[in-house]
Amino acid sequence: MTNVSELPNTYRAGPDEDGRFGIYGGRFVAETLMPLILELEAAYDKAKTDPEYQAELTHFNTHYAGRPSPLYLAERLTNHLGGAKIYFKRDELNHTGSHKINNCIGQILLARRMGKTRIIAETGAGQHGVAAATVAARFGLPCTVYMGAVDIERQQPNVFRMKLLGAEVVPVTSGSCTLKDAMNEALRDWVTNVDSTFYIIGTVAGPHPYPEMVRDFQSVIGNEAREQMREAEGRLPDSLVACIGGGSNAMGLFHPFLDDENVEIFGVEAAGRGVETGEHAASLTAGRPGVLHGNRTYLLQDDDGQILEAHSISAGLDYPGIGPEHSWLKDSGRANYVSITDDEALEAFQLCSKIEGIIPALEPAHALAHVMKIAPERSPDHIVLMNMCGRGDKDIFTVAEALGVQI
Amino acid sequence: MTGVDSGTARIEQRFNKLASENRAGFVTYVMAGDPDLDTAAAILEGLPAAGADVIELGVPFTDPMADGPAIQLSGLRALKAGVTLRRVLDMVRQFRKKNTETPLVLMGYYNPIYSFGPQAFLTEAKDAGVDGMIIVDLPPEEDAELCLPTLDAGLSFIRLATPTTDDKRLPRVLSNTSGFVYYVSITGITGAAIPDLSQVTGAVERLKHHTALPVAVGFGIKTPEQAAVIGRAADGAVVGSALVTTIAENIDDDGKAKNGLVDALLSQVQGLADGVHNARAGR
Repeated sequence: MTNVSELPNTYRAGPDEDGRFGIYGGRFVAETLMPLILELEAAYDKAKTDPEYQAELTHFNTHYAGRPSPLYLAERLTNHLGGAKIYFKRDELNHTGSHKINNCIGQILLARRMGKTRIIAETGAGQHGVAAATVAARFGLPCTVYMGAVDIERQQPNVFRMKLLGAEVVPVTSGSCTLKDAMNEALRDWVTNVDSTFYIIGTVAGPHPYPEMVRDFQSVIGNEAREQMREAEGRLPDSLVACIGGGSNAMGLFHPFLDDENVEIFGVEAAGRGVETGEHAASLTAGRPGVLHGNRTYLLQDDDGQILEAHSISAGLDYPGIGPEHSWLKDSGRANYVSITDDEALEAFQLCSKIEGIIPALEPAHALAHVMKIAPERSPDHIVLMNMCGRGDKDIFTVAEALGVQI
Repeated sequence: MTGVDSGTARIEQRFNKLASENRAGFVTYVMAGDPDLDTAAAILEGLPAAGADVIELGVPFTDPMADGPAIQLSGLRALKAGVTLRRVLDMVRQFRKKNTETPLVLMGYYNPIYSFGPQAFLTEAKDAGVDGMIIVDLPPEEDAELCLPTLDAGLSFIRLATPTTDDKRLPRVLSNTSGFVYYVSITGITGAAIPDLSQVTGAVERLKHHTALPVAVGFGIKTPEQAAVIGRAADGAVVGSALVTTIAENIDDDGKAKNGLVDALLSQVQGLADGVHNARAGR
């Protein structure tokens, strides 16, 4: 691995050999996990340059997940907003309905190579849990998914899907009963079952090598988009927009474009009921650097370094941290991080459904809400590419409730 | 030597004394501020007389990823009672007014210290009378964060060694450390299962090949008998989850300490301490 600081001309060289992106990232885990993390790092380093592994990955991405996902010109939305030309990268069309499958395929193939016989995962919205349960079913491995009790309540369809796929869904009742607590519980399971178990982390967070590994698996989004955009427009997009919880879909889209300095980048956090209310999940906008779940990154925390509960209408964005590479991109100024409230996301959710015939997940509805802000200010030759990272079927009950509709 | 040594020297002095008396040390873990600041201070003050040779004082954290339910709940009770890192240090300062001989180490997670500022924290911790720390989520790979500055400050940075720490890794785990080594006797979270005692004996011997430091063994000890077996094999036996469970059993529905909590806890400590201290006499 190359040291980030030695290569000022690239934003794509990280992490360094200590798993750091600048000061962010690292390996802040209990000693029990350290040998596993090192074993995983060695296995991944070997796999990523192994043509056989890469061929396997491509095979399952193509024939199981349905990649490449289309690049789609959202014509009616473009006309409606009356400014920039808007494209969607249609990762909601993947098998299981979101980008999460990209990462799960990569990790389970690695788990098999490492001889692991049991899969665990944490999930917030349930999209990652469903994707993990899906690949576990496909490869015949038992799977346990940790999910906050609050999230189980608001994401019932996904809970049932995971059970249909044969996974055990364990409700987590500690702390705030959401994604961060599910991650604590999954880490506890891993500490207890180190020999047999592979932990499929769902986002670009956690101890090294997870942020790098998950980013690499998700970079298929950005790599495809570059090619597809060149084909469609003969050039790269001017702006990229993606929502951020832990930040995996965003990192997957952004990373292949980081060194294209004319491409402006927007990561969209959940502002919940408004950043000023304190009830939000905007760790980059309103947090400060700290250490949680194995890495240093921006966190929502109080003056004493205790982690605060996040809030978002979208369970997938409801996390008080953020992948460490995003923290580094924020500090370096390469990417812009903005936030969108629950209400703005709900409005975007409805607009997209009505005029594009695409029901987005509440997560990318946040990205879309930011597109709705910037597109009218841009000229018609300005191209905005947004990652439609998940579909909204899972969210219809939450949205109905928010709109006061009985279904 | 008098009893006024502090930091690593205070820990060394205690283990030297124990070795000269041919007995193992009893290491107690309690959470600072559980169930409230005053009760916790009374417990802390009473621990040495009840037989605690070394005190581990837990610093609560919202997301204790390596702890089982008992210590998680203990931490949440402490946070609810308003404990902050600064208040933990105040508690140590009060304790030191009455006791200068019993080593006291803080045990917790890195973020509250990172948030406080590692250097400022070390200055205040040393001033308060803290002798060392065990930071669960700082493995040797992150030594530059807090371990090296802690050693520079003359305090101990106590390392956790586990069954997953193989012989290749042990030298790294046992470098940059002082005071004692804390062997986690079972894989997994705190308080989860009863340790396999013959394995513990083997593990202590394995560690002794790599370090001259005293080895304390914890995670899973609940009874004086178990404590005694560990006391025969190791230089110290650590009990934590069993003590915080006693606290949980002696609070009312509002989380207030019931009458007799402190006595119940200290008599439990006394029983466990007797188990450890008499372990070798019965050998």
